Amino acid sequence: MKKGVMRPGHIQLRVLDMAKALEHYVELLGLIEVDRDDKGRVYLKGWTEVDKFSVVLREADEAGMDFMAFKVLDDATLGRLSEDLVAFGCMVESIPAGELKGCGRRIRFSAPTGHRFELFAEKEQTGKWGIAEINPEAWPRGLKGMKATRFDHALLYGGNLDETLRLFSEVLGFDLAEQVIDPEGKRVAQFLTVGMKAHDVAFILHAEQGKLHHASFFLETWDDVLRAADLISMTDTSIDIGPTRHGLTHGKTIYFFDPSGNRNEVFCGGDYHYPDHPPVTWTADQLGKAIFYHDRELNERFLTVLT
Amino acid sequence: MSQSFRITETRSGKSFACSDEQSVLAAMEQQHQRCVPVGCRGGGCGLCKVQVVSGEFDCGRMSSRHVNAIDREQGLVLACRLFPRSDLAIQPAPSGRS
Ligand code: FES
Ligand SMILES: [Fe+2]
Repeated sequence: MKKGVMRPGHIQLRVLDMAKALEHYVELLGLIEVDRDDKGRVYLKGWTEVDKFSVVLREADEAGMDFMAFKVLDDATLGRLSEDLVAFGCMVESIPAGELKGCGRRIRFSAPTGHRFELFAEKEQTGKWGIAEINPEAWPRGLKGMKATRFDHALLYGGNLDETLRLFSEVLGFDLAEQVIDPEGKRVAQFLTVGMKAHDVAFILHAEQGKLHHASFFLETWDDVLRAADLISMTDTSIDIGPTRHGLTHGKTIYFFDPSGNRNEVFCGGDYHYPDHPPVTWTADQLGKAIFYHDRELNERFLTVLT
Repeated sequence: MSQSFRITETRSGKSFACSDEQSVLAAMEQQHQRCVPVGCRGGGCGLCKVQVVSGEFDCGRMSSRHVNAIDREQGLVLACRLFPRSDLAIQPAPSGRS
């Protein structure tokens, strides 16, 4: 059931060295720098994104994710969801408008996986980067590197998957699009969507709370993914695995690391989800194929390397 | 001219060359050795944590979650952020990832 949550809005990542991070996110991924604030944070977006920003980088002495945010329909929805979160048992924190430049008031809560999430209703809309609002051209000139089109989703590791699914479905209106079930019938991975995408946020069961597995960016074609792989080699960027295909979501993908060790993905394609679709299920004995459809073998690093 | 040093992983007895401009982990990978686990290569995940048993070194930025000031002092550091200034003897960190 829809609760007025529309889509991923932004993710704030911690980086150890801002100059190196920008070299990676701007020159290599091709995100656009749109603003900076007096806390030293840098605001970025993919060129197709209409809102002002979708990625915020913060220099810190530890890598990882500060929070991920979703945009909701309007301020009344934000108010209602805030009450629903409290009723669910979440501690809800209010963050005033303008704390992130160009973003309206946000409410922040923790999921039972140990991750912080935010909801907001308003953000300055600066339009797609480099093309006109009226009679827009197909794409802008002057894009860099991989030309990432948008921040798409995050995969997060932590505990309490059942309780987290209940929070995201009952309170926030997400659907369970895909899952992995172990031999005892326990869900060890859950891919959640609030629209038609195969996932807007995904969780994998893990002993340690609140970890980031990857932040993912969307590309249009398999050729773009291959070209991203070429750029990863050209720049001697730390690669994880790919280009390959996932069994889960069937996306075509490559994984690599930012200079602070945060994993990134760029991908294209993948399944779609309508609210009447039952979840797609993979069994844990086929986990290798579920994750890497071609290798059909689990890679230890993919499972254990987190920030 | 960059200088080259000898890195020895004392538990496996494996050794490899590493220049002063290269991280110990990068040199190990380049020479197809497998004595330290390779993770993010960016000082963020903690997987490559080693104990420097002897030798002089410098470090790049490392996630404080994995290397605190005491660790750093005791030579418990991340191989992907470890740059030799002399020959080094290293071994896997006692706790592995922290
Ligand atoms: S490989 Fe991740 S910290 Fe060194
Ligand atoms: Fe992904």
